[in-house]
Amino acid sequence: MAPIEYNRNPEEKKGTRDGFGKALVEIGEKDPDAWALTADVSESSRTHWFSEKFPSRFVQVGIAEQNMAGVAAGIASCGKRPFISAFGEFSPGRNWEQIRVSICYNNVPVVIHASHTGITVGPDGASHQILEDLALMRALPNMNVVVPCDFEQSKKATWLLYEQNMPGYMRTSREKVPIITTPETPMELGGSNLYKEGRDLAILSHGPVLHQSLLAAEGLEKEGISAAVVDMYSIKPIDEERIKALAKETGLILTAEEHQVSGGLGSAVAEVLSSFRNDAVLRRHGIYNRFCESGSAKELLGKYELDSKGIAEVAKEEVKKNKG
Amino acid sequence: MPRRFPKTNDLKKLKLIANSIRKDVIEMLEEAKSGHSAGSIGLADIFTALYFNVLYHDPKDPEWGERDRLVLSNGHVCPVMYAALAEAGYFPKEELMTLRKLGSRLQGHPHRGSLPGIENSSGPLGQGFSIAVGMAIAAKRERKRWRVYTIVSDGEQQEGQVWEAAMLAYKFRLGNLTAIMDRNNIQIDGFTEEVNPLEPIVAKYRAFGWHVIEVDGHNIKKIIDACEESKAIYERPTMIIAHTIPGKGIPFMEFLTEWHGKPPTKEQAAEAYKILELDRREVEEE
Repeated sequence: MAPIEYNRNPEEKKGTRDGFGKALVEIGEKDPDAWALTADVSESSRTHWFSEKFPSRFVQVGIAEQNMAGVAAGIASCGKRPFISAFGEFSPGRNWEQIRVSICYNNVPVVIHASHTGITVGPDGASHQILEDLALMRALPNMNVVVPCDFEQSKKATWLLYEQNMPGYMRTSREKVPIITTPETPMELGGSNLYKEGRDLAILSHGPVLHQSLLAAEGLEKEGISAAVVDMYSIKPIDEERIKALAKETGLILTAEEHQVSGGLGSAVAEVLSSFRNDAVLRRHGIYNRFCESGSAKELLGKYELDSKGIAEVAKEEVKKNKG
Repeated sequence: MPRRFPKTNDLKKLKLIANSIRKDVIEMLEEAKSGHSAGSIGLADIFTALYFNVLYHDPKDPEWGERDRLVLSNGHVCPVMYAALAEAGYFPKEELMTLRKLGSRLQGHPHRGSLPGIENSSGPLGQGFSIAVGMAIAAKRERKRWRVYTIVSDGEQQEGQVWEAAMLAYKFRLGNLTAIMDRNNIQIDGFTEEVNPLEPIVAKYRAFGWHVIEVDGHNIKKIIDACEESKAIYERPTMIIAHTIPGKGIPFMEFLTEWHGKPPTKEQAAEAYKILELDRREVEEE
């Protein structure tokens, strides 16, 4: 399959949370049953555009994420389509049980938008850098999990989860990231986008780290290493066929994400690889069972080897170890 | 036209229904060999008042859009809700005997979608209260005429989520929300006031902006009256604190915390039927 075009020289940068906020307004315009709730973070989670336009469908719950999940479930059970927004640390960090029972077990169409996820939250430090949310959400029945890589994909992710009419989770970030996709770039549940082909290994990534992976692969090319790069934006369901094909074609898969190496994309890929006979090697790269620290997003991506340089180093190490 | 079915103001009839519900609960729990006896039995009068007088609902059309919503927050007392639903005609009474068994629609804690008449999956305490608040917000914003009723337990008040929900219900002045607290004073590890005191619970809800009514939770007339009173309070939600006796009506269960989470044995059930039969005759002769 031919790779999808992407912007190699992106000039504009925007946060994925902005894409969510914009799409939320679009959905509000189209669907009079769309609602939004937030827990004292309307501007930073970008629900303020919706609240200004549709105040009668907006609910400010205050600093009470557990209640927010339940209130949204109640609103949804009246035929409405609520979106709940807060920092990922608090939702789904604090209200996992409410999401499990009030939303997933009730099976009501609440979309959970977690902003400020991962180390790219930056200076706020480890308490606010949720690195476990994908593990928490991926394990839940009835839940879809999507991570957009830029502003355009974030708009699509919001629509995509809304269209499923069931519980959904999307993870966005505070950091502005280059817009490498277009409104035409595909996005579907259980899909993935191959942006670059490669023979030696495949780098699977999501969110802000995807662009770093692309830059890493471009650099590796100059050193004679051919790396495929795939945006695995749909964490659940996951594109099993893509993973199987890449395992066969390259024999070496590297997952790169700003998430603990346990429970996120890396684990999801490991589950697929262990389900059929193959001799592919998987390196799960991310945050290795630790809390991080304050710093700018750029500094932190550098320190934890999730920038293009770090990802390229890990890729070279794995190629040398397995293919040398 | 609003439907209210099957409604009765006949107190004698209501007492007989409560008696029948108690008998069904004993039978279900004995058959299931697990479940929560005291709370379920103690709520028989409240569920009778709700399903046979207070609620606008239609057992033949459980999804009727204009129905009042009854959100059970303390899901562990679901046997009494199942018995009331069956008594009202939502599903055949024979099905009650499948409680907690493989393949049953009567899950150990209620599951929305499995059984008609169940508005929410519940069990983890505190969650139903938030769901009820969400429904009331949606109904109020759209000027719906239907009301939201929610049943909460007293031990449940120890969950922080309850107070998050209580604050928000006042913020939005949810006059369309009536909560009924089963104040039976027991929880798994003992008496609420020993485990983690709730008192002064009336003052707490008043301080949170709620209209608070205290009633005898076994006086069906008073429960109905309190619900009617709550409808007349427009600018704030109502908390009806219903003082109940856990296991009420079955003397060997009454007041004992040990009956919170266990079912009666065959012999105990037989004893309970005898007591309930005597009660039934007494009501008939009133």
